[in-house]
Amino acid sequence: MRVQFILSEIAQGLRRNLSMTVSVILVTFVSLTFVGSAALLQLQIGKMKDDWYDKVEVSVFLCPQNSSEPTCASGEVTDEQRADIRTALDAPEIAPFVEHVYEETKEQAFAAFQEQFADQFWASAATADDMNSSYRIKLTDPQKYQVVADVVSGRPGVEEVQDQRRLFDKLFLVLNRATLLAGGLAAVMLLAAVLLITTTIRLSALSRRRETGIMKLVGASTIFIQLPFMLEGALAATVGALLAVGGLWLGVEYLVTDWLGASVGWIPYVSTADVLAVAPALIAVAILLAAISSLVTLSRYTKV
Amino acid sequence: MRAACHTGGGPAPLPTLDEASSSTPFPDPGRTGAVIRFENVTKVYARGARPALDRVSLDVERGEFVFLVGASGSGKSTFLRLVLREERASAGRVFVAGKELGTLSSWRVPHLRRQIGAVFQDFRLLPNKSVFENVAFALQVIGKPRHHILTTVPDVLEMVGLSGKEKRRPHELSGGEQQRVAIARAFVNRPSILLCDEPTGNLDPTTSLGIMRLLDRINRTGTTVVMATHDDEIVDQMRKRVIELSTGQMVRDQSRGVYGSDR
Repeated sequence: MRVQFILSEIAQGLRRNLSMTVSVILVTFVSLTFVGSAALLQLQIGKMKDDWYDKVEVSVFLCPQNSSEPTCASGEVTDEQRADIRTALDAPEIAPFVEHVYEETKEQAFAAFQEQFADQFWASAATADDMNSSYRIKLTDPQKYQVVADVVSGRPGVEEVQDQRRLFDKLFLVLNRATLLAGGLAAVMLLAAVLLITTTIRLSALSRRRETGIMKLVGASTIFIQLPFMLEGALAATVGALLAVGGLWLGVEYLVTDWLGASVGWIPYVSTADVLAVAPALIAVAILLAAISSLVTLSRYTKV
Repeated sequence: MRAACHTGGGPAPLPTLDEASSSTPFPDPGRTGAVIRFENVTKVYARGARPALDRVSLDVERGEFVFLVGASGSGKSTFLRLVLREERASAGRVFVAGKELGTLSSWRVPHLRRQIGAVFQDFRLLPNKSVFENVAFALQVIGKPRHHILTTVPDVLEMVGLSGKEKRRPHELSGGEQQRVAIARAFVNRPSILLCDEPTGNLDPTTSLGIMRLLDRINRTGTTVVMATHDDEIVDQMRKRVIELSTGQMVRDQSRGVYGSDR
């Protein structure tokens, strides 16, 4: 009787405030879509880091002909300078940070360059002498870039030391800013959702004042009086959360997997599995929102 | 007339009555067996305003029928609200069914109210529910099982004389019938106390008489009835205990009294 009774109360409440219920669903839908987007962006960053940091290397570009760098004043790198740099990298205090060192000659660099830009007309004007020979250093810990860079940069014959991580860092910065943006919008929308749920519960409580008045009079417990209102809010918010999960799933499936994945295929993207992993958290946030709103409202409007 | 009403009023025995009253015994609130006990109770609604109740002390014994009379604003409703613990006394102590309400924590209030039935001048029925549903509502919301509701509600509807009208909506009933529904709802859980706030205020004299017979019958089952009223004819006819309030003070407490003290 109890369960059936509470369910019928909920159905009645939702029907009576249909437009408010729909607006609660929509607001939670939009706000949780932003929350979910922020989470997926962070997951995307994590995936890229996992995938790319394994592959990144520190490149020590050696002086080519005609470089304007002061360390290259003596012209193209000599074999003696080359040996010095190699010795510095093999020194015992550096060795633990270095997994291996691979040397790329300017001919190899030229070949890779030609391959990469084969269809560009300006590439045919370049010669092997325009290329840098380089040491490619794979670090045991990519975070220790600075230690290695300090040892070799500034030495005669070294034109530039480049950490490939820096190239990604700009991308990650963009993605992190996008996360912040999504998170900020999510916060605003969540606030709107809380206010809207609060208003909805209040309207619902006011429209059922007569019922709750009698319930109090005949000695219904507070939880029994308040439960239908709480469940109404929670139900609407959960529907909103499910819509958000659905929206994110469609977005990832069609925008990321199908479209981005087909046009820029070399990046590891978030998948619909990640959306499903985020889903329980989104539903939990929705229920939390509803719970907070209920507590705030009901303590004031259905007091014993 | 009363005797006839009492014995002839249908297949009487409300079966669960004895159980109900014995399962909710009243611990002695103080030195007496009072169901309601006011000790120097003062109620002030707004700071500085005249007290709605001013140092009222009284006992209502179990099974008594008490009229609460006095002009509007004399404190009758405040008295009832204090008993229901809808308000707390500003000073003094209120005992109901053995519990001191000033120290009763709010989560215990619902349990207190299950021992009190309340009836109002404006009936307070749910317009979208049938007679049966209105009465059943009072049991549903305190979590009574379905089979209990299905057996108890018809009994109490028969007692108040509404058998055959279970499916009607409140707006399809006369005022007197609506008040009977309200009384059925208040009594369906077999409360030990029935509070009535001008139950005949909206009814014509003949209908009022019927309601009073019903209340008297409920009183004879051992239920304490406290009825606030303006209806002098009824009070004079019933010859029950009369407590008169005037601007918050108790000015008369008379057993077998009449409405006006000058009569």
